[in-house]
Amino acid sequence: MTDANPVYARIENDVRSHPVVLYMKGSPVFPQCGFSAQVVQVLSELGVKFQSYDVLADDSLRQGIKEFSNWPTIPQLYVQGEFVGGCDIVREMYMGGELAEFLREKGIETDNTAA
Amino acid sequence: MAMTADEIAGLIRAGLPDADVTLEDLAGDGNHYRAHVVCPAFRGKTRVQQHQMVYQALGGRMGGVLHALALTTAAPE
Repeated sequence: MTDANPVYARIENDVRSHPVVLYMKGSPVFPQCGFSAQVVQVLSELGVKFQSYDVLADDSLRQGIKEFSNWPTIPQLYVQGEFVGGCDIVREMYMGGELAEFLREKGIETDNTAA
Repeated sequence: MAMTADEIAGLIRAGLPDADVTLEDLAGDGNHYRAHVVCPAFRGKTRVQQHQMVYQALGGRMGGVLHALALTTAAPE
């Protein structure tokens, strides 16, 4: 990402500073969208600590994250700086137990009993 | 402006000609769809890349007129 949009640098920094980052609509306590709520739910069930950013609070972030990830929708999950996917992919990975395994491989602490 | 299931499936098939597309109108309101797309071109691609290929076929409508399209993708067995 060498583009000049300053929000890219911010995102780059965010996803490298926190092991698990969720870009979402609203907050984990008050998600403003069912898809965001589902990803929060999955992460909570796995006992994963995550940093969230509310794209509704920042329009440049809302547009910028879509371009940065080449992904048209919110929520978006990043793990160790890597884009994992949106709601569909996160849910699919969770159902098969793949997400818990992926997180462990990435060195993220999960609550094993929930996996 | 809502899109019909046929319009959505048509766009996906136009972008991914070998794709097998199954589309369900979940709420019957022309707004909440579930699509399953099986395509040989998905072989060797990550899930993220597979979804990006479908979004590409939808030509920027995803996240715009198409808010609620639940998507699953797979390469043929």
